[in-house]
Amino acid sequence: MTVMAADPVVARRTEIQQTAQRSADRRQLLSRFGLLACRICLLIALTPLVALLVYVFIRGASAWNWAFFSALPHPAGIPGGGISNAIIGSLIIDGIAAAVAIPFGITAGLFLSQSDGRIPGLLRLAADVMSGVPAIVVGIFAYVVLVLHHPGSLGHYSGVAASFAIGIVMLPIIIRASETAIRGVPSVLSEAGLALGARKATVATRIVLPAALPGLITAVLLAIARGAGETAPLLFTAGGAQFLANSPLKQMNAVPLVIYQDGIQAYPDIVRVAWGSALALVLAVLVLSVGSRLVSARIRRVRDV
Amino acid sequence: MSVTTIDPLRPGTSRGLRRFLEVPDGAYRGVLAAVAALFAILLLAFIASLVIQSRSAFAHFGFSFLTTHKWDPVHAHFGALAFIVGTLETTVIAMVIAIPIGLGCALALAFAVPRRLQVPLGTAVELLAAVPSVVYGLWGLLVLAPWMRQYIEPWLGHITGNHFPFSGAQIGTGLLLAGIVLSIMVLPTLVAISRDVLMAVSETEIEGAFALGATRWQVMRKVVIPSARSGILGATTLATGRALGETIAVTMVIGNTPAFAHSLYSTSATMASVIANEFTEATEPYHLASLVAVGLLLMALSVLVNLAARLAVRSVSRQRAIGVGLL
Repeated sequence: MTVMAADPVVARRTEIQQTAQRSADRRQLLSRFGLLACRICLLIALTPLVALLVYVFIRGASAWNWAFFSALPHPAGIPGGGISNAIIGSLIIDGIAAAVAIPFGITAGLFLSQSDGRIPGLLRLAADVMSGVPAIVVGIFAYVVLVLHHPGSLGHYSGVAASFAIGIVMLPIIIRASETAIRGVPSVLSEAGLALGARKATVATRIVLPAALPGLITAVLLAIARGAGETAPLLFTAGGAQFLANSPLKQMNAVPLVIYQDGIQAYPDIVRVAWGSALALVLAVLVLSVGSRLVSARIRRVRDV
Repeated sequence: MSVTTIDPLRPGTSRGLRRFLEVPDGAYRGVLAAVAALFAILLLAFIASLVIQSRSAFAHFGFSFLTTHKWDPVHAHFGALAFIVGTLETTVIAMVIAIPIGLGCALALAFAVPRRLQVPLGTAVELLAAVPSVVYGLWGLLVLAPWMRQYIEPWLGHITGNHFPFSGAQIGTGLLLAGIVLSIMVLPTLVAISRDVLMAVSETEIEGAFALGATRWQVMRKVVIPSARSGILGATTLATGRALGETIAVTMVIGNTPAFAHSLYSTSATMASVIANEFTEATEPYHLASLVAVGLLLMALSVLVNLAARLAVRSVSRQRAIGVGLL
């Protein structure tokens, strides 16, 4: 009995299968390495970021006590001291900025959401580009308008000049994010309102804006978080102060300024204040960012039910 | 002629608000357009104020403002070349580090981590983008700089034999540290946007590639990255724009020497850092005008970079471009 000659079709098929298997093995191995490299990148990226947060929390928490929040800064060389003037200064500066930028920004966002065409398109692009302009340049603008000596200017550092700069930082963020939120409202809602004979103003304030509320809250909180963390425009607008000014028209201190000015000092007690302020600022910004997500998610959930 | 309308207002609305809500549609549009116009006027005033305040510097120094590097407040001679170069150097160092890591990170977040980790890790990265730059600066100056001086710079010197550009005094602060801090700062932005762009690649294309027998790595390289290319380019450009204009953190770690850097370790200055560092002390008119002129140049540079980024991202998808606007 002779062994049957191998069927050429079967042989060819086996060869193809083997080649395919080899290729698949090779590609799987490469794939595993590639994915590993990506995961390592993730690890490399997260390490310094997590290290930074942990470090700020540890160093900052050790600086915290009641006096840190209630006392005024101490002169160099005298331990202790607090940042109460900077906290109140930040609240006033960011509060004024937000109080002006929010209605202004949402109204402009409402306009952009209802307009198409060349000029609104240009405005939209301008808002986008503005949000990328370095904040220090915005600070120069505020300095020229409100600090430099000329008629109509205060002629000195002031909380209001800082508010002006921070407000301009917030504005493009609010405009674009609120436009996105308003465009997300189904047009049937406003059409129903118009069909009932309501004025456009009524439809906007009674139907469209309430429906866009979750997105608007996100927009506003994100903008405040961004504005509150800005330091560069405060340098030559707020001016910094060791005492609490009794009016926003005077020179003021702010938490980011404390971090910048105290962090580069040689006295350990002053550096300690910088770490404590950094923790306060990071917590405030994170609470605003997380809060914006939670609030808008909650409103959406309640609406869906 | 009177028309009966159904009153859409709740009872108890104040008279003032009621009167506003009953404004004719034309007036309503007018109010909105006026507010938008105010924004445009604000922007024009912004540019005009910088141009007016910097005019004397450009008029006095002319083109040499851009081509000379002597920055001497005592003798009132100002040339911005050293800062322009310093800005480009720190940005290049930052992007050389951040782009490969950021891209790998975005790919990992989109395709290589377990599904239940995807959302928390993504949120964590987005939250890190919100950490203020002054905090990065504080950490860079007080933690990273001593660490660089003691470990990283001697080690780099050891393996490169202290040859250029790894030459010079190892003092921690300087060009290299500024670049590293910048790279850490732009990573969250870069990762968050590129991950969004990568996740927007159509599911059917990805499934089609898997059905043809491609491995995950092949799908990422041959399908996902090519179709997300312009979005990734946009994300990179946006991050570059951030690195160019980043001020406080760089000012805290770069050492602030208004001169060219001779090695990666030397102290230097960028356009943003010289403004932050000298603006409050600039009493001499040409000094102030020159700093405003540097600010104008910085603004022009970042507007160009941002325009390029928006156009690149916008071509991917309108919706995504709006999301990018938030960052």
